[in-house]
Amino acid sequence: MERIKNLNKTTRSHIITFAIVIVAFVVMQALIAAHAVSHSIIGLLVPICAYVCMSISLNLVVGISGELSLGHAGFMSVGAFSGLVVASSLNTSINSAPLCLFVSIVIAGLFAAIAGLLVGLPVMRLRGDYLAIVTLAFGEIIKNLLNNLYVGMDNKGLHFSMKSVQALGMEGGKMLIEGPKGAVGIPQLSTFVAGFILILFTLFVVLNLIGSRTGRAIMAVRDNRIAAESVGINVTKYRLIAFVVSAALAGMAGALYAMNFSSIAPKKFDFNTSILVLVFVVLGGMGNIRGGMVAAAVLTVLPEQLRFIGDYRMLIYSVVLIGVMIVTNNPKIQRALEDFKGRFRRRGNKAAQAVDSLEGGVSDE
Amino acid sequence: MSRDATETKESQGAATTEKSANTIMAEKDEQGTVGPKTKMVPVPSDSIVPERDVNQSPVLECRHLGIDFGGLRAVDDFNMMIGRTEIAGLIGPNGAGKTTVFNLLTKVYNPTRGTILLDGVDTAGMDTARVSKTGIARTFQNIRLFDSLTVEENVRIGLHNQIKCGMWSGMFRLPRHWASEREFHNKSLELLDVFHMAGNANDIAGSLPYGAQRRLEIVRALATNPKLLLLDEPAAGMNPSETAELMETIVRIRDEFKIAILLIEHDMDLVMGICEGIAVLNFGKIIAKGTPKDIQNDTQVIEAYLGKQDDAGDGE
Amino acid sequence: MGFLTNLINGISLGSVYAIIALGYTMVYGIAKMLNFAHGDVIMVGGYVCFFAMGSLGLPPLVAVLLAVIACTCLGIVVERLAYKPLREAPSLAVLITAIGVSYFLQNSALLLWGADPKAFASVVPFPSLTLFDGQLTISSVTIVTVLAAAAIMVVLTLFTTKTKMGKAMRACSEDKGAAQLMGINVNSTISMVFAIGSGLAAIAGVLLCSAYPTLVPTTGSMPGIKAFTAAVLGGIGSIPGAALGGVLLGVIEIFAKAYIGTQLADAIVFAVLIVVLLIRPAGLLGKEIREKV
Repeated sequence: MERIKNLNKTTRSHIITFAIVIVAFVVMQALIAAHAVSHSIIGLLVPICAYVCMSISLNLVVGISGELSLGHAGFMSVGAFSGLVVASSLNTSINSAPLCLFVSIVIAGLFAAIAGLLVGLPVMRLRGDYLAIVTLAFGEIIKNLLNNLYVGMDNKGLHFSMKSVQALGMEGGKMLIEGPKGAVGIPQLSTFVAGFILILFTLFVVLNLIGSRTGRAIMAVRDNRIAAESVGINVTKYRLIAFVVSAALAGMAGALYAMNFSSIAPKKFDFNTSILVLVFVVLGGMGNIRGGMVAAAVLTVLPEQLRFIGDYRMLIYSVVLIGVMIVTNNPKIQRALEDFKGRFRRRGNKAAQAVDSLEGGVSDE
Repeated sequence: MSRDATETKESQGAATTEKSANTIMAEKDEQGTVGPKTKMVPVPSDSIVPERDVNQSPVLECRHLGIDFGGLRAVDDFNMMIGRTEIAGLIGPNGAGKTTVFNLLTKVYNPTRGTILLDGVDTAGMDTARVSKTGIARTFQNIRLFDSLTVEENVRIGLHNQIKCGMWSGMFRLPRHWASEREFHNKSLELLDVFHMAGNANDIAGSLPYGAQRRLEIVRALATNPKLLLLDEPAAGMNPSETAELMETIVRIRDEFKIAILLIEHDMDLVMGICEGIAVLNFGKIIAKGTPKDIQNDTQVIEAYLGKQDDAGDGE
Repeated sequence: MGFLTNLINGISLGSVYAIIALGYTMVYGIAKMLNFAHGDVIMVGGYVCFFAMGSLGLPPLVAVLLAVIACTCLGIVVERLAYKPLREAPSLAVLITAIGVSYFLQNSALLLWGADPKAFASVVPFPSLTLFDGQLTISSVTIVTVLAAAAIMVVLTLFTTKTKMGKAMRACSEDKGAAQLMGINVNSTISMVFAIGSGLAAIAGVLLCSAYPTLVPTTGSMPGIKAFTAAVLGGIGSIPGAALGGVLLGVIEIFAKAYIGTQLADAIVFAVLIVVLLIRPAGLLGKEIREKV
């Protein structure tokens, strides 16, 4: 009886999270069908999906693994650019747009995972702030490298260069990525439905991981590295797993994001974007997947909605950010919240005790 | 043939043969056929083990173990042997280096000198995780639990290397995941039952009262299926009745799990009550080793704890 | 002479980074926080000086002084309003708040002063120094910058080791609670640290803008990141480390730009940081902190 109750609590929470996503999707589709949604919002749907996925994946590193990553946008961009190259190359051979998108996203995830491994391997031995600054450094390196990437496609296949368009040596054909200008002529394959499915997949992977033996090891390392080592857990291995999985998921989100636009530049995926996603995660509560998702969605839509405030928009945003951080971390307010929650818990315990005595259940030894 | 006897003979033999060895060396030297003169020293043989363990190899052997922090010799010439099912004690004044010894055994620190043989395996070059898999587990002076996770999850993490399930099985919920989670659950409750904590399985570890947290740390350590369990001040903060219960529990653990236990303690009733062999540490060196009776009557020990006495006072 | 020119430019840029890095490292060492808004204080210093010289027509030295005072006050105010309430909060929360402050400063500057680049007039209006029969020219800004960085480093080191306030700062960086019990006013010590850091940022700002005369609200952002990188490179919390890291970073950046190409210069700078941290995880002059087990 106890076991079923326990199973239900975590599973219940997961079911609620999935339900929220599904309901939001259904409601949005209904509103779109009823022409009740503005064009600006419709244009934001895929970016919202992408940022929600980014938030979930970053939460895996920051909230679950307990490491500060300041270069998450780097993996997003690796995924974005590899995804669109794949999509452009396959666009002619694969007729079905969803299939082409699917393949592109999967391969983008793979490339981002490799990038995650390359960054993670040297980095996971560092601690705390040093790890953070190195992830920031890698983010900048990736952006810088992509700024110098030239990719073109002609009937001979794909051409790559780190120098210039001319160095590609193409005859005719089409430019896919033009250094700092970024990608042009992107096949716009991303749809809201695809975004919805990607969110579900990302949630599935991350929530499953958390509830598994691997996830427990990751959280053990977060809570107490020395104790985790003392029970035989390889700290570097599990930090790396969280990091690489997170990178892969970010890459997939990046591919989805990129193929929503006709063109995109590497400088879009800079330090500011990394910080943006970090803010989603922190505001939503670290390790709180659902919270991070909501924050991502709200904070992506909010600047649009506040457009009427015009130029003061970012200013107010920053003030609100500071205010929320101070309020949620103020010990007095935290204590008040705990008391409030405690009242519910006590009522809940009384109810549980009543149920127990009715069933003649097992009491604490 | 007891190991003890052999070693005593050896040390005696070593003394008598040393002279002849030197003579032999001299002869060879004159003949000019041997290299640099080798100095032979006796292997430390003042160890004792419980009689029942005498036919089995010791679970732990430390030889000349030592560590320096800069100029400070925190632990020096630490020699110890622990029998397969022995309950051993490591005592000494504060700052003597007891927890440092634990840290050396679990490779939190790397020894500067000496050898550690865990179940006959030399642990040189191993890191903490590796040494844990070789069969040593510990609790900490300042409790180190996974505070945000539940009691059961803490134990499951202890079982991490006993029940395996790959990352992919976990991520995509393949059958192996469900089978192993069932195993995890059953084994965790089994272990928690030993300490009557099965009912707390779903409580958050950080919310437990102090005594329960200490017990949970021990359960988690036992979950790793160790051959040697290190307990760092397990009775800290406990009242006499809790301490008595703890003493029973420790003996019960040894009897049921058939493992050896080495504990650091300041509570002398506990130490003298359940420890079979005791080593006393002061300023990083062992000043006395033996049975509780030996230790209680040792003047050096009394001096270390109480200062120089004019008459041999009662042991504390 | 190309090599020498590059070296001198590198040391000059590195000196600016060093001054900024010193501010980062002091705040991190004592208040244990990464002040992401530090880079933007540089920008504010630049603007104040610009308007002091331009609109108010004040002589350069006075303008610089004004900038220093303005930034010092800004630093103290920001610390009291935004960071003090979060003293006991997890470091990540403080980091996010610092980011909020950074955005706030950038956008305020945008609203107040516009996005159009301002042409900054150098605060060192002396002629350049010519050596080796005109083959090597060193601008006066460069000389002043390097001298300023060296002087600041010496003064700071003396300050933290010899003065009472300096000792108080070092005490706070070791253990705030114990320092308080010893009668040290932790609040004013931390405020002082922010004040000094922000004042230094102002100096860095005017020197940076004198050397690279375009001023926009985002001017401080990248140098801020790079200086932060320099502080970590040298060992965060270490004053000589910050100076060393800053100069090294500047030199590497200029050389990378000169001999490998402007495009990949940034990547190389950051790659160097990574390589160093892999070899010396606590930075060049940093201390490995042992966790008590």
